[in-house]
Order: sequence, then structure tokens, then C-alpha cells
Amino acid sequence: MAKITGKIVAITGNAAVAQGMRQINPDVVAAYPITPQTDIAEEFATFVADGLVDTEYIAVESEHSAMSACLGAAAAGARVMTATSSQGLALMWEILYIASGMRFPIVMTNVNRCLSAPINIHCDHSDSMGARDSGWIQIYSESAQEAYDNIIQAVRIGEDEKVRLPVMVNMDGFIVSHSIERVELLEDESVKNFVGEYKPSFSLLDVEHPVTFGPFDGLGGFYFEHKLAQIEAMERSREVILRIGREFGALSGREYGFFEKYRLDDAEVAVIVLNSAAGTSKHTVDMMRREGHPVGVLKLRIFRPFPTRELCEALRHLRAVAVLDRATSPGTTGPLFGEVKAALYDLGKRPLVVNFIYGLGGREFKPEHIRCAFEALLEISKKGKVEKPLDYLGLKEVEVIS
Amino acid sequence: MERLVEIRWHGRGGQGAVTAAKFLAEAALAEGKYVQAFPEYGPERMGAPIQAFTRLSSDPIRTYCSIENPKVVVVLDPTLLNVIDVAQGLVEDGVLIVNTPEPPSKVKERLGLEKAKVYTVDALTIAHEELGRPIPNSPMIGALIKATEVLDLRSATEHFQEVFADKFSPKVIEGNVKAIRRAFEEVKSG
Repeated sequence: MAKITGKIVAITGNAAVAQGMRQINPDVVAAYPITPQTDIAEEFATFVADGLVDTEYIAVESEHSAMSACLGAAAAGARVMTATSSQGLALMWEILYIASGMRFPIVMTNVNRCLSAPINIHCDHSDSMGARDSGWIQIYSESAQEAYDNIIQAVRIGEDEKVRLPVMVNMDGFIVSHSIERVELLEDESVKNFVGEYKPSFSLLDVEHPVTFGPFDGLGGFYFEHKLAQIEAMERSREVILRIGREFGALSGREYGFFEKYRLDDAEVAVIVLNSAAGTSKHTVDMMRREGHPVGVLKLRIFRPFPTRELCEALRHLRAVAVLDRATSPGTTGPLFGEVKAALYDLGKRPLVVNFIYGLGGREFKPEHIRCAFEALLEISKKGKVEKPLDYLGLKEVEVIS
Repeated sequence: MERLVEIRWHGRGGQGAVTAAKFLAEAALAEGKYVQAFPEYGPERMGAPIQAFTRLSSDPIRTYCSIENPKVVVVLDPTLLNVIDVAQGLVEDGVLIVNTPEPPSKVKERLGLEKAKVYTVDALTIAHEELGRPIPNSPMIGALIKATEVLDLRSATEHFQEVFADKFSPKVIEGNVKAIRRAFEEVKSG
């Protein structure tokens, strides 16, 4: 297929997602505004009011209701989208599991923001990491461009008949959601053709083929088998994610996989990051490479399903790896670190691994912080051992009263 | 223009610093550049000091962090000179553009700047006369274009007319374009 490009515009991450939603033209959107997601809900509501989409927009009174309305619409056979952040995602929590358990391919943008308390509206990944076991596919986006590209792909991934799972597309609150960037939008028509028409496998409105959604399934029932079906659907999504990533590449010139390797293959040490920190990390790698340091980056795009095998292949030649977590799980290490370390366990010869927590509550993450992580890695590589398995980047030098 | 230009805007809430930062990015995009523009998110209130940032580059921009060592600093409100260190982090041979009726030499002396190039323009008077409102952002864009050549004056004013056609009346657009041109002519260097 020939590469079709639309307009190049300077817009925020939120506006890019709203544009993508306009082009997807879903049947139903139910959303509740929350900082920093608000612009998505507002802009999309404007598209509805202006008649630019055919969507039924359901203004609800909470995120719990937003996801509940999404469920109802999805059960009726509609293509459904929503967006949230932080406390909003937390309030949706019980419904997230119902969406995946009922196998509804709802596509939701989550604009990453930390969780209270203290009250803070800025970025970290505590919200989506808290939802990591909810059975949703999770995609992370470095930039406004990637957020836009990812929601378009998410529709196809979630709706694939081998998958039928909800998909959460994440981007960093404020850092990307409110920053104006250069974004290449596809033509409306090519997005329309790419996502195609949604044909649900089961629908309440298909009265010729009556089905039951969400019945009681107790001790004598098949709850366990339903969960296995979900697990297997998540496994099958791996191949679909890669296929859709290639198809999207043919359409846009921007191909996507499970992760992006940046100057990794000839590196000796590397950091693993999610979202916007990847950009700043790549910039730092270029600076340090000029000084002769063998450093690289692996930017993870797909967190669920976790690409264990491919990740091991990409990391096995390294001497040391730092996993950068923008979330914390008090009592253990950062969530991404735990998964990466577990993945590497089966490798006979494996890199040493350390964890850095950074950027909580929107704390700025600068090249100097990544440099700090790389310097620690180079030291670990030289000594051949890890002395400090968990450390923090960008903390203020104050006495913390515990 | 250098391959990467980082700009910091200082203003007070309501003076249009954020709009100016974004407009500059949009206009530069139209000239084929890679751009990034973002405000510093804090407790913004009308009249409170605020900051915004613009990055313009010939190459894709990957850094997602605030600008600590800007090449260019634009100050939309002269009273900020008494309140904050507007030259903080400005690169040694950087450019400082201030909305004030004072000559550049006086600002330079007051801030103790040696190598930086300082420009001043009475954007408030221009805004009053051309717009009838004390909004100094559009004249400051004119002064910035003259001082830094990051954009072409003509394409910037054309872009202004295009993007605000739906938002403002022709009279308001014309006033802004005149304000941009006047500041471009009247900005003083020192």
C-alpha cells in the first residue's frame, strides 16, 4: 500500500488523540473530564456538537459511570471509546475487570497522572500500573504522534476476533498531553479504511442470535475457564499487535513493534523506559555516545502482554540494565523492574539489573538524571556487581520525616 | 538560525505568554521546522508570574523537559524585572527581549548582563494604540522576529491572519498584525 499522508500540524497530545478519535468516528463515547485528560473529552464533545462525527456522546457523572456506559454500549455491539486519568482510572477499577472479562474491545486513552495523596495533577505511571492486572492490553506512547498512532492501531488490535480485549493507550500527562508538537495526521479517509467497520462477534442487538452477557457463574460454573480464555486471548494479541504495527507502518511510514531499540545492539549498558522519558533518554544517549560511552535505550511500547521472549533477545548481550520506573510499589521494587528482572531470569548469561524510581508526581526528569543512571550502570559493568539495587533519580535534598 | 533555538517566555497571567509561545511554534511549523511549545503548569492566576517555553529546531525534537539554558528570553511585563531573575540560565551570548520604554543599556546594566544582547520595545504603548487593550504578546512576537530572525516577518503575519481568522474579527486581526510590524520596526538593540 502506498504511503498516504495527511496534514502536518502543531497540536498537543490531547488534541492529537481527539483528532484520532474524530477520524475513527466511534459509535459511542462516554467520558468524564479529569485533569490532564480534560481536553480530550472537551474537544471530542465539540466534534459531536458540530456534527463532525456520528458518535453518541454520553456525558456521565463519574468515571465509574463512564466505563459502565461503555460496557452497556459495547454489549449492544457498538465501537466504544473513552479517556481518563489518575483518580478517574482508579474510580473505574472494578469496571475495568468487567470490560476485559466480558471481552469488550473498548479503547481508552489514559493520560498518565499520579494518584493522591498528596493531591498532585502531574505525571507518573501509578494510575496505569495499578490497572496492570485488569486484563487490558496496555500501550505506552513517547510523543503526541505516538499517542495518535497508537489509538488508531488500538481499535484494530482490540477488535481482532482472535483478541476481543479492551486496550488502554497511555501518554504522559502535561509533558505530552499539554505540549504542542509537530504531528502528522493521516487523511480522514485512510483512517476510516484502516479501522474498517466493527463487526462484533456477539451483540445484544443481534436478536437472531441471542446471547447472555455477565451472568452469575458460581462454584459449579466456568469462571476459571473464562479467565483462561482471557489469558489465551492476551497471548494471541502478541501476533496481532505486530501485524497491525506493520500494517500501520505501510500506511503511515511509522511501523511499530513491542518496543523500540535505540543504539542498543552495540551498547554495553542500557536503560529501559516507558513514555516521554524515552525521548530525553535517547537525547542523553547521543550526548554520551559522543563521549565514547557504550550506552543505549530500550523503550517499551507494549506492557501488556509483556514481551518476555523478545525483550530477553534484545537485552541478553548487555552487561548491565537499569529499569526506570515512574511508579512505585511500596514494599517491593518498581513494577516494570520486577517484570524485566523476572523475564531475564531464564537467560543463562544475563545482564545485571538495577532499578531507578524517577519522576513521581511530575518531578522533572532531565538528561542529567539519565546520565546519573548511565554512570551507575558503567560502574556496575566495570565492577561486575550491583551494590545498590534500588535508587531514586531527581529527589530533592531534604530530610524526609517518616 | 541555529539548528536548535530554545526560548523562555515570562509574563503575567492574562498577557498571552502561553498563546505567544504556541503561536511561534505553529508559525515555525508552517516554515518547515520541528517545534515544541509548553507552559509551566502551576497555580496560574490573572496577574501572577508565569512561564512558557518554545523549542524550534531543524531536526526532530526528542527532549521532554523544561528549558534551563534558553538562547532567548522574552519578558512581556517590565514589572517582572523586579520580581524574578528573568536572565536565569540565559546562555552567555543569549538574547533578552523586554517590553519596556527604557533603553536596552539600562536593562543590561540593571541585570548585570555583559555578553547577552538586550532588546527593548514599548509593547504596552503599541498594544494600547493598535489593539486598544494592554495585551503585549503580539508586539513582542514582532520584536522577537527582528531580534532573532527565527521566523520571516511576512510569513509570520500571514500565518497570524490565517490561524486567527475564525477566532477574531478582521479589525482585531489587523490591529495585531500592525502591532507585530510596528514592534519589529521599533525594537531597540543594545
